Amino acid sequence: MSSAQALTGAPLTGVAPRLTPVESGRPEIVRETGHAHGATVVEKPLSLAERLYNQAWLRKIVILVLLAGIWEAYGRYLDNDLLFPTFSATVEAFFRGIADGTLPARAWSSLKVLLMGYAAGIALATVLTGLAIASRIGTDLLETLTSMFNPLPAIALLPLALIWFGLGNGSLIFVLVHSVTWAIALNTHSGFLSVSRTLKMVGRNYGLSGPRLIGKILIPAAFPAILTGLKVGWAFAWRTLIAAELVFGVSSGAGGLGWFIFENKNMLDIPNVFAGLLTVILIGLVVENLIFQTIERRTVQRWGMQA
Amino acid sequence: MDTGQPLLEVDGVTLRYKTPEHLVTATYRVSFRVWPGDRFVLLGPSGCGKSTLLKAVGGYMAPTEGEIRLKGRPVTEPGPDRMMVFQEFDQLLPWKTVRQNVVFALEASGRLKGREALDRANLYIDKVNLTKFADSYPHTLSGGMKQRVAIARGMAMEPDILLMDEPFAALDALTRRRMQDELLMLWEGTRFTVLFVTHSIPEAIKVGSRILLLSPHPGEVKAELNSAESPKAALQLESRIQHMLFSEEIEEAENV
Repeated sequence: MSSAQALTGAPLTGVAPRLTPVESGRPEIVRETGHAHGATVVEKPLSLAERLYNQAWLRKIVILVLLAGIWEAYGRYLDNDLLFPTFSATVEAFFRGIADGTLPARAWSSLKVLLMGYAAGIALATVLTGLAIASRIGTDLLETLTSMFNPLPAIALLPLALIWFGLGNGSLIFVLVHSVTWAIALNTHSGFLSVSRTLKMVGRNYGLSGPRLIGKILIPAAFPAILTGLKVGWAFAWRTLIAAELVFGVSSGAGGLGWFIFENKNMLDIPNVFAGLLTVILIGLVVENLIFQTIERRTVQRWGMQA
Repeated sequence: MDTGQPLLEVDGVTLRYKTPEHLVTATYRVSFRVWPGDRFVLLGPSGCGKSTLLKAVGGYMAPTEGEIRLKGRPVTEPGPDRMMVFQEFDQLLPWKTVRQNVVFALEASGRLKGREALDRANLYIDKVNLTKFADSYPHTLSGGMKQRVAIARGMAMEPDILLMDEPFAALDALTRRRMQDELLMLWEGTRFTVLFVTHSIPEAIKVGSRILLLSPHPGEVKAELNSAESPKAALQLESRIQHMLFSEEIEEAENV
């Protein structure tokens, strides 16, 4: 009772209420600590097995090895390369493709188109977000456009793109821009909106305004959201591109990975189809888990800003 | 200190702002003068417009009536001659280390460049005893340390006046007391001018040299008092202020 009174502080009246003293003959207790040393284990390293099991990458590798084993076993049991080639046949086709340069060339032509579309999408998203920050009507424009186009799968625009831009990179880039822009614009804009009032006031306190305030305070403060937008945009773009290439990937004789998969299916070279799929997965993994994760570790995580 | 011009003049200032539904009058014709070296405290219960008043001095909002003058010039916009220290811990730029935060403030505002900015930053980081943490990012610091960085940053800019908006309100009681002592020691060293907002009467008496008492809804000046030196005088002043704030509430209650 009396301790609760002390915690809430002095009462507003300035006159302390009289408390009835608590009758107790209980003795006070004061102890020396430090008995734990020597008597018990304060800190000791974990065993090797435990430390290994704590490594996420190691556990994942074990899972991958297991999956490859199941794949190989089932492939051998089925014994039908046309339906389901074994893991070893796929890996063999993959390395053959790497060695004779077809897979890297196809991957590169896919990535080239992808980077063009990605860059154009970022540019368009920047313009849209800029308008949205500058004016209320710009915000309305962005919100209307994103709510309209974000749910529309990029692939659904392919027939139109074919009519407008014909077979080739033009159509691919158009579809890519569509798949990238909305994700990035949406995330960037909501990132700017969520920058704390205090930070904006701090920036203005330094005498910053206009472009300098945006560049030095708003963009870094919104960076976690911007990075998320870039990541989502990249994932959309990569999936869209492979799907689009499957439909009409050929341009000037050299198609991308999607076209490689489609071609080899037509020639019933199924191990090569699997090798193509493996390449798609690998590139996706490298970009999403290596490149973006490195950026994330160096920026957002280091700054303690992870959303 | 009563020679020459006052540093800050707040002259019959009425502040109004709009919420989606209401037009709120935060303060009504508030006047006071701050002299160089003052530790001037705005004290009042919540809703007395003390934070709004501080934001107006900071230049973040314009008075609907009256004028705020710093060294005789009307305040129109935020600027580095009035550095704010906020209550919120997120006032530091999370993507910059402690040192970079202070250096950036100096460089962005154009006060100092390069080597000079770095030296000044190191000097003030040392003053708040954070030299060991100069290369840490803000998210690794405790609340009290973050506020110390914000104070170092404000002081490093060597502004005409330091505006502190309940800077210790979000700290635990022990840290708050230590920060109050540290602030007083820093003041003893450089005698800067500070305008300090708080709703805690003991804090006002401890930190302030002069206390402006505001009544709520809307904020009006109720009294301008000198702070107390001795512990006994401080207790008397505390109950006097409590009485001034509380007697009105009793009258209101009796009128109901």
